[in-house]
Amino acid sequence: MSLMSVRDLSIRFRTDEGLVTAVEDLSFDIAPGEVLGLVGESGSGKSVTAKALMRLNADNAVYGPASQIRLTTEAGVTDVLALKRERDMEQVRGGAVSMIFQEPMASFAPAITVGEQMVEQLLIHTRMSKAQAKAHAIDMLDRVGIPAPDKRFDQFAFEFSGGMRQRAMIAMALSTSPNLLIADEPTTALDVTIQAQVIDLMKDLVAEFGMGILFITHDLGVIAQTADRVAVMYLGRIVETGSVRQVIRDPRHLYTRGLIEALPKLDDLDAALTPIPGDIPSPLNRPSGCVFHTRCGIARAGHCDREVPPSRDFGEGHAVACHYAEAPAATRREGAGA
Amino acid sequence: MSQDPLIAARDLTVSYPLGRGLLGSRSKLNAVDGVSISIQRGQFFGLVGESGSGKTTLGRALLKAAPISAGTIAYRDGERSFDLTSLKGADLKDYRKRAQLIFQDPYAALSPRMTVRDIIAEPLEVMSLTKSRAETDERVREIAAKCRLNLEHLRRFPHAFSGGQRQRISIARALVSGPRFVVADESVAALDVSIQADVLNLLKQIQADMGIGFLFISHDLSVVAHVCDAVAVMYLGQIVEVAPTRSLFARPRHPYTSALFSAIPALDPDAPKTAEKLEGEIPSPANPPAGCKFHTRCRFAQDACKTSVPALREVAPGHRAACHFAADFDFSRPAASARSPR
Repeated sequence: MSLMSVRDLSIRFRTDEGLVTAVEDLSFDIAPGEVLGLVGESGSGKSVTAKALMRLNADNAVYGPASQIRLTTEAGVTDVLALKRERDMEQVRGGAVSMIFQEPMASFAPAITVGEQMVEQLLIHTRMSKAQAKAHAIDMLDRVGIPAPDKRFDQFAFEFSGGMRQRAMIAMALSTSPNLLIADEPTTALDVTIQAQVIDLMKDLVAEFGMGILFITHDLGVIAQTADRVAVMYLGRIVETGSVRQVIRDPRHLYTRGLIEALPKLDDLDAALTPIPGDIPSPLNRPSGCVFHTRCGIARAGHCDREVPPSRDFGEGHAVACHYAEAPAATRREGAGA
Repeated sequence: MSQDPLIAARDLTVSYPLGRGLLGSRSKLNAVDGVSISIQRGQFFGLVGESGSGKTTLGRALLKAAPISAGTIAYRDGERSFDLTSLKGADLKDYRKRAQLIFQDPYAALSPRMTVRDIIAEPLEVMSLTKSRAETDERVREIAAKCRLNLEHLRRFPHAFSGGQRQRISIARALVSGPRFVVADESVAALDVSIQADVLNLLKQIQADMGIGFLFISHDLSVVAHVCDAVAVMYLGQIVEVAPTRSLFARPRHPYTSALFSAIPALDPDAPKTAEKLEGEIPSPANPPAGCKFHTRCRFAQDACKTSVPALREVAPGHRAACHFAADFDFSRPAASARSPR
C-alpha cells in the first residue's frame, strides 16, 4: 500500500514573463517505512515537488488538471490538491506530513524558546494537555540525542550549535508522529562529521517510527547511505528511478551517469572530473522533446528534440525516460564519442 | 621544506577579545592559535576542517584582512617581499594587487547594479593599474577569455547568469590584477556537482597557466583530494596534520583526519560501515580543552593527551602530524570506505 501517491503532477508558476514550468508529469509513490531519495541539480524542481505535497507553494502556482496527490493514512485517503479550507490543510501540514529544512535557524522563531515552539505544535495537532506536551517534547529532544533536554527546552535556537539545531528540528518534526517526513537537504549545511551523525539518527528513527521519508538532496553519497529508492530529476521531470543499487551501479540515463562522473572520488585521485557538458537551460526556454537533449551525448536530431521519451521499466522497478536506454550507459557513452 | 616559500606564517595567532570578565580580567578567543604554514609559488594548497576550526580566519590573516596578534607572515614572490605584520601604506596597496580572495557565494559577491565588465574591471580601476579605458577593456577581455566567459556576456548584469557562470565572473575579478597568491574560500561549496567539476577544472588550469600559489579552503575532503598538491587539516585553530595530498590520503596520521575520511558518505550503498564516527561536536574555541585539543572526541585518547600538548612533528617525508601516537597507531581508513560507485 502506498502512503503518498503522486500521479501526473504538473506545476507551473504565473510570472511576469508568462507561465514557467517547474514540474511536469511527475509520478512516484512512497510506502510506509520507505525512504525515497530525490536527487537533482538546483532548478530541477525538487523543492517545488516537496512543497506541493503539503500545498506550501506560493499562490502563483498552477497545478495541471490531471495532477493528483493522494495521502493514505489510518484516518483515510486525502486528496491533497482538492483541499480548500485552511482547517483541512492543517491536518496535512505538521500533522500527517512534517518537513525539515536545510537551514534550521530559519525554521525556528528567534524570540520564542525551542520548547515553546514544540509545545505549540503539539497543542495544535494533538489532544495533549500543556503538561503532557512539555513532557513529550523533552522526551523527543532526548531521543534525538540532545544532552540535558529539560534545560535545552527553555533555550532559544541561537543558543544551539548547528548540529543541535538540526536535531531539535528533527525532534520537532517527529513529535506529532507524522506518517510522512519530508527532509529538504537536511544535512547540506552541516559538517561531514555532524552529517554522519544526523544520517544515523534519521535511519534509527525510520526504524523506530516506521514513517515514510522523502529525502531531497543533491549529494548522491548521502542518498546511497540513506535511501531505499531514488528518483533523479532534471528540469522538472523524473529521468530515472529505481532502487539505490540499480541507479548508482547501473545508471541508464546519461544525466544520472553524468552526476556520478562529476563527483570527486577518493579512491581514484587521478580520475578527471567530468562535468556534464553545457549549462542547465533557463526554465523560460524549456527544450522540446526530451528535456535533456541539449546536453546529451547520444541525442539524435529529429527524434530526441521532438518526442518526449516515456518512462520505460527495465525490471524490478528500474524505470528510465530515455529513447536509447537499452544498452548500459558505459558502452553507450563510448559510442557517443565516436 | 623548500627555502623560498611564496608565503610563510610562523607561530601565527589571531585572537579576538571576548569582553571583560570579573575583576576586569580580559579573556580572548584564539581563532588561529600558533599556526606555522608555508605555501610555495605555484602550489595548490588545501586547508580543511569543520566550521569553527579557523580556516577562514587563517586565510584572511594571510591576506592581511584579519588582525595578527602574534607571530609573523612573510611574503616573497620574486619581485617583492613583505613582512605582513608591519605592512602599510604603498606596500600594503601593492600587496592587495598581489594577493586576492575568491568568495564562497557567487550570488552575494557580485553587485547586481554593475555590468559584468564593470565588476571585472573594478579592481583595475580602484588600484589604478591601467592607464586608459582601452587598456582596461583589453585586460578584462583577456581574463574573461581565460575564465571561459563569453565576450558578449560582459555587457550584461549578474542576474542573467547561473551559479557556475557567476563563479567564473568572481574568479575573473580576483585574477584580473595578476595576483601571485589567491585564497579561494569554499569557492565551490555552493555549486551543483557538475558545475563544481567545471569550476575546479578551470581553477586548476588557471593556476597552472599563471603559476599562482593557491590556498584552497574547503570542508569537502574529496574535492581537496582532487585539486590540491598538499593539504593541511585544522582543528580548533591549530594545524593537526599537514602532508602532500597522496601521503595524507594513503595514510592519515592524525585520528581527526581519519575520522573526517570515514564521515564522507560512500557512494556504494553496501560499503561497510566504519565504527569510526566522531561523537559530539567541535568544542567552543572560547574554552578549548587542555592538552591535545582533540582529546575530548578522540577514541584513541590516553591520560597523557589530557594534559600534554602534542607537537606537530614529521612522521613521514613532508608529512607532519600533531598526535602523541602518530607513529604508533594506524588510523587509516578501510579501503572500501572510499567514494566509488563500484
